[in-house]
Amino acid sequence: MNMLTVSGSPHVHGDDSVKKIMYGVVYAMIPAILVSVYFFGLDALKILVISSVACIFFEWIVQKYILKGPNTINDGSALVAGILLAFNVPANLPVWMIIVGAFVTIVVAKMSFGGLGKNPFNPALVGRIFLLISFPVQMTSWPLPKPVFGGTALMDAVTGPTPLGLMKEQLKMGQSIPDIMQMPEMPGYINELMGNQGGSLGEISAIALILGALYMLIRKIITWHTPVAYLLTFFAFTGIMHLIDPMQYASPFFHLVTGGLMLGVFFMATDMVTTPIAFRGMLIFGIGAGLLTAIIRLWGAYPEGVAFAILIMNGFTPLINRAFKPRRFGEKVAQA
Amino acid sequence: MSTLKTFSIGGVHPAENKISAGRAIEVLEPPKQAFIPLNQNLGAPAKPLVNKGDEVKVGQLIANGEAFISSNVHSSVSGKVLKIDTITDTSGYKRPAVFITVEGDEWDPSIDRTETIIKDIKLSQKEIIDRIKEMGIVGLGGATFPSHVKLMVPDGKKAEYLLINGVECEPYLTSDHQLMLSKGEEILIGTKILMKGLGVQKAFIGIENNKPDAIRHLSGLAESFEGITIVPLKVKYPQGGEKQLIKAVINREVPSGKLPIEVGAVVHNVGTAFAVYEAIQKNKPLIERVVTLTGKPVSRPSNFMVRIGTPISQLFEKAGGLPENAGKIISGGPMMGKALISLETPVVKGTSGILVMEEKDSARVEIKPCIRCGRCVSVCPMGLEPLLLSQLSKREMWDKAENERIMDCIECGSCHYICPSGRPLLDYIRLGKNKVGQIIRNRGKK
Repeated sequence: MNMLTVSGSPHVHGDDSVKKIMYGVVYAMIPAILVSVYFFGLDALKILVISSVACIFFEWIVQKYILKGPNTINDGSALVAGILLAFNVPANLPVWMIIVGAFVTIVVAKMSFGGLGKNPFNPALVGRIFLLISFPVQMTSWPLPKPVFGGTALMDAVTGPTPLGLMKEQLKMGQSIPDIMQMPEMPGYINELMGNQGGSLGEISAIALILGALYMLIRKIITWHTPVAYLLTFFAFTGIMHLIDPMQYASPFFHLVTGGLMLGVFFMATDMVTTPIAFRGMLIFGIGAGLLTAIIRLWGAYPEGVAFAILIMNGFTPLINRAFKPRRFGEKVAQA
Repeated sequence: MSTLKTFSIGGVHPAENKISAGRAIEVLEPPKQAFIPLNQNLGAPAKPLVNKGDEVKVGQLIANGEAFISSNVHSSVSGKVLKIDTITDTSGYKRPAVFITVEGDEWDPSIDRTETIIKDIKLSQKEIIDRIKEMGIVGLGGATFPSHVKLMVPDGKKAEYLLINGVECEPYLTSDHQLMLSKGEEILIGTKILMKGLGVQKAFIGIENNKPDAIRHLSGLAESFEGITIVPLKVKYPQGGEKQLIKAVINREVPSGKLPIEVGAVVHNVGTAFAVYEAIQKNKPLIERVVTLTGKPVSRPSNFMVRIGTPISQLFEKAGGLPENAGKIISGGPMMGKALISLETPVVKGTSGILVMEEKDSARVEIKPCIRCGRCVSVCPMGLEPLLLSQLSKREMWDKAENERIMDCIECGSCHYICPSGRPLLDYIRLGKNKVGQIIRNRGKK
């Protein structure tokens, strides 16, 4: 008896792993992937594949030749970043641009901080914002959906604005919300829910994103705290503004199903690395992101504010972690 | 049906693996040689009363627990004292122990060895406390705190409830479960004795819902015991933690750094209640206990009644031998137990089980970078931030670690269990607790 293992307790381990969590996120994105391929066809597939392969490749090369760390491309995190980046761009983005975006996402936003777990900002969002401010034209002219299997395309035009962008433009031109909503270019709620609207790959279908989110909630990959706080705050704020002036501010329901809100709420604001660790902090993060998103959407220069709002809140995460600790046992003595 | 009670913050649910659950308690014969450690309690070691060559009987006092927090030690066998020497205990340290060469099985005549159950409690409150001290009773849940000390309520505090811990939330272990099934009435009488010793009218026995037979059995018996209520609890680890049990049963939170008496509660294990029954009603000191021998590779998982001081190797002889693919042997459960370095380690008062793990399950999972998922925070039953505490320990930032309440950690291991990156969070936190504890004690001296 001389080969017994001796180590500290606990001696058993749960069956969760980083890899399982990351691939769980990948599975959760499958509905949105299918919808994007349905509406944008091979263009969407091309962007998804190139973005993912480029992200994985960049991570491999940095680990091997610069950080000289263990090979991490199997943990799934680079694949998640790759798909998310693709979700954040229009399907007709030139190939070289998505590769540049992947470079910024992985090399600048993730690996330069030391890799998985150490990056302060959501890598895919950094990639998205970099592309948006570097190539504003290509990043904001969206192909309109053209379902591959029959179905009716919304319009004949090849590209056009998203519903949110259209609303912003028309408001600037002095139109009122009820008039804008009547315009033939507006897809209507059902189309917006299903994904038959202009937008980035992964943003268009609220239903597909919610399906993925449910999967992640059931598998306990994410918790409800951030998404619920985010959505409630955002809904309340846009709702109040809509009640105050329905001519200038669209209905909160319109805001919920357009732009990158659902994608941001369920897949970006729940990123473990860049958001708070305790439930209280998650609630604060969600409230902050909801408020910022609403403010940028209603008064900002860009039609949608999800990406900016989440990145700004990422910056606050360390402070939130310090200020909003979990409730300690014995902190508030509950009496029977 | 109302939802089952449980504690409110954190907790995990590891696979239960109670493979020895159906095995009735078997009495293990005394060993050929017993090693009886002198320090079988939390606190100061007892002073030996015997010398090399002395003849001892079963139940004879062999070491005196003189300090306030200390406990008497009795011989569990009869025979001749071979020597007083050191032996490696379950924590891996060498401790003084009395080595006894066993000859026959002669018991002290004052011990009542019949099966007759004596219900009537004749002793007064003070006599109960004194007898419990005399008989060397310590907490059998594993912490081995001297039981009589818990019954002495400090001035200004008042005990309202006695809580009996029959939770057995550690996976694999079934010793308390079997004890509740076979010695239910004795446990209830023991509970009554403890209530009298403590001066309370109300006692609760908390049992996790994965032991429905024990809940049924004790609930039936409890009908004829006034003031004792059986409380079925939701299965969640670490519900057997003293603070978690109090929260689950009477919904009170023991403040940081304070004892349960602060909220009017005193907690004893079911095994302790049984030992108290035997000490008071049968005049029998704490010389044996139930030990679960289990693990997936064990051919005959069992629950044994074992004399204290029996080498663990002896248990394996009875349970079909030491499995060839044993990779790790643990004293206690898989969540909080200690890995043993030798099979010659003796069973002590705090030994609730011996668990064998296969070689393939013995190694720890590979350590990956922390992804800040916060799972360790969400499962911590004390509301702490294990990832932060382990970082502070690693960086030797003791002041900050103290402020983040590192001393509140109950070392349940839920954080390491849940960590998807396999980070040994508790290893670092333990290190930090050790250091911060030293700093706090030194501060007290000045």
